[in-house]
Amino acid sequence: MTEHAEALRQMSVLNLLRPKWQSAQRRLASESTALRVVVMGFVALVFFSIVFAIVFRVLGHFRAQPGIGDLLAGKLLGMILLAFLSILLLSNIITSLSSFFLSRDLELLAAAPVDGMRVYTARFIETLTNSSWMMLIVLIPILLAFGVAYGITVKFVLTTVVALAGFLILPAVAGTIITQVLVNVFPARRARDILALIALFGAAALVMLFRLLRPEQLARPEGFRDLVDFIAALRTPQSVWLPSEWTAQSILGSLGAGESVADPFLLLLLVSTAAAFFVIGSWTHGKLYRDGLSKSQEGAELQDEDDGKQRNRLEHLLAAVPVTARSLIAKDIRTFFRDTTQWSQLILLAVLVVVYVYNIKVLPLFSGEEVGFFLINVVSFLNLGLAGFVLAAIAARFLFPAISLEGRTLWLLRSSPLDLRSLLWSKYWVGLTPLLVLALALTVGTNIILRISGVMMVLSVVTITVMTFAIAAMALGFGALFPKFDTENPAEIPTSFGGLLFMMTATAYLGVIIALQAWPVYSILRARQPGAPAIAGGGVTAWLVLSLGLAALISAAAIIVPLRVAARRIEELDH
Amino acid sequence: MIRLEGVSKRYGRFTAVHPLDLEVSPGELFGFLGPNGAGKTTTIRMVTGVLRPTGGRVFIGDHDMQKDPIRAKRHIGYIPDRPSLYEKLTGSEFLRFVSGLWGRDGVESEKRATELLELFELGAWRDTLVESYSHGMRQKLLIASALVHSPDVIIVDEPMVGLDPKAARLIKDLLRVFADQGGTVFLSTHTLEVAEALCDRIAILHQGAIRASGTMTDLRAEAAAGAIGLEEIFLKLTGSENVHDIITSLRTPGAA
Repeated sequence: MTEHAEALRQMSVLNLLRPKWQSAQRRLASESTALRVVVMGFVALVFFSIVFAIVFRVLGHFRAQPGIGDLLAGKLLGMILLAFLSILLLSNIITSLSSFFLSRDLELLAAAPVDGMRVYTARFIETLTNSSWMMLIVLIPILLAFGVAYGITVKFVLTTVVALAGFLILPAVAGTIITQVLVNVFPARRARDILALIALFGAAALVMLFRLLRPEQLARPEGFRDLVDFIAALRTPQSVWLPSEWTAQSILGSLGAGESVADPFLLLLLVSTAAAFFVIGSWTHGKLYRDGLSKSQEGAELQDEDDGKQRNRLEHLLAAVPVTARSLIAKDIRTFFRDTTQWSQLILLAVLVVVYVYNIKVLPLFSGEEVGFFLINVVSFLNLGLAGFVLAAIAARFLFPAISLEGRTLWLLRSSPLDLRSLLWSKYWVGLTPLLVLALALTVGTNIILRISGVMMVLSVVTITVMTFAIAAMALGFGALFPKFDTENPAEIPTSFGGLLFMMTATAYLGVIIALQAWPVYSILRARQPGAPAIAGGGVTAWLVLSLGLAALISAAAIIVPLRVAARRIEELDH
Repeated sequence: MIRLEGVSKRYGRFTAVHPLDLEVSPGELFGFLGPNGAGKTTTIRMVTGVLRPTGGRVFIGDHDMQKDPIRAKRHIGYIPDRPSLYEKLTGSEFLRFVSGLWGRDGVESEKRATELLELFELGAWRDTLVESYSHGMRQKLLIASALVHSPDVIIVDEPMVGLDPKAARLIKDLLRVFADQGGTVFLSTHTLEVAEALCDRIAILHQGAIRASGTMTDLRAEAAAGAIGLEEIFLKLTGSENVHDIITSLRTPGAA
């Protein structure tokens, strides 16, 4: 074979993807136990049904409005797709950083005689798949609801498939381009800066999203001067430049419901833009990738002298803690704040907490009318449940992976004379303390906004405290039971099977505790209202004591059992 | 100081290590040899308490690793072959962390860490994150961490991997002096010259079982091989004599 022919004979994109595909297949096969299949199937079914039912019901409500039903449906789909587009863009930036610059097999790939276009295509497909599959799963029941509401046709199915392809490709290409530029702008192992930037972009995108959507306008038609203004607002797309709008209009058009009925222009625009973007992406890759990859592999980042001089500060702060626990806690705090993939998510989390508190603040509870006693009671318990859910989500992100993240260094912990219960306790307290501070701030803050005081304030503070202890214990327990030692990206750990089981269990626990408290408390408070009918006080008190006792018992079990299970599991881990 | 009584490890139907009986005394430098996949690392991980044996017992001094792991582990300094370190700690922070795991802190502990960093020429890098260290620097830091709590027993898996000649010499001297001063060294290596030059006794492990053990003289007698080197004994006992055929085939034009 001539040298020229040899040079032309290169590995195909398919072959480049094969190792990843085969690994994923085998991982799936090894993890697919009967329990997992049943649990995942059940969760998927419940999730699909709920999403489908909500969207279908909302569409039914819209279609009942003569004249503006289709416009409202279009606006809804546009908003959903715009939200998805933002999340997809963020997710693609983070994923492409991993697949193009941080992945462990890059050294092998970089040394292999494969041209840039093939590398780009293979890594692009990997990025696209990893960051889009979850969004696609969520989109299916939504689009199905639109299809069923308007009548599914072959045209709808074909248009949706083509439009979704374009819709998913565009943010994936944009993600790869942004990452390539960032890696080139920031030198040598500055992934930290890149990720901090990404997190800030994410926060900004969320705020922008809220501005763009203006959902309150649709809920309050009285805010418009007249119906003409309202319809004009509905007709105005979020932005004519956004692919989410092209996708929404193409899909609605295929259902005979949108502004662009039977007009294939937007679909063609979407597909051709996606194709053009891909070309630009591969061109950018050709220009920037080699330098970027080289920079991302380069040398040492020396710490500041000051940091070196102040190296004992953390140990001094923890001087009262026994030496072994102190070492573990100091190590956990240091590694957390130095690992940008960990702390950068705090920025997004802060944005979500602000949005949550803002939503509580704008609840129309005190807008002049007499507030229903029942409503306030419902809202305060709902608030408790939602705060608990927010805490569970945070615990899933930060506490659940705690044991998994020790996987690679377990050799050291296992070979040291460390009582592994100390490891567990250190993880528990390091995770619990900030969680508890946040829980109390969130509950007391929102209670003040809701003007809840007295018995309810005390009850909610005690409840959220106990729930936080339980949530932290469950996160750690499930994390030890379902560790994921071999992941390259810590952010993947909470989305594993164990993470899902934890979220389901934590949600069920929150539901049970709230349910056990809500009704007896409501009865007692109602009995104290002036003019309320007299009820047998002894009976209600006994009921209250029984309910609260049961809640305390369940909470105690939710704290003790997971920690014990985790302690036993850590002892058994062979890694 | 190290005693293995019928220690074995099975993974399902596969037996990685058949019941092993072994004893390494204080002041002895014991070499553990074997081809890839022979069960050396599995044995070492069982001795250090990282891996649970399927059967048998491991003693460090008088302490049973299964029944009294905390006391047993207090005596050990472990250097694994392909370790992961905490990438986001600096070298000195890592040593302080390891000291803490062994319950040590304070001025003496800091002093020892500093001395070890200097000894391994890592002083200039003490406040640099481990993620920036080269492979050899990581290996040096790892060896320093195994010594920072002044162990009585050093268990080391492939100590020379990635080390420059100067550091390799330092390790060899260090292990020899450690044993001469009464310490116990359990060393697994592929580098036969190192084992031959350094070890008081050697065991050759093959397919999870010890094929031969003793001093170099004992091994020569066992292999019935006359005055030959450890490499020939090793190849003979592990059935790898056809290595010459492989080399010949590699040299044949078009074979690659």
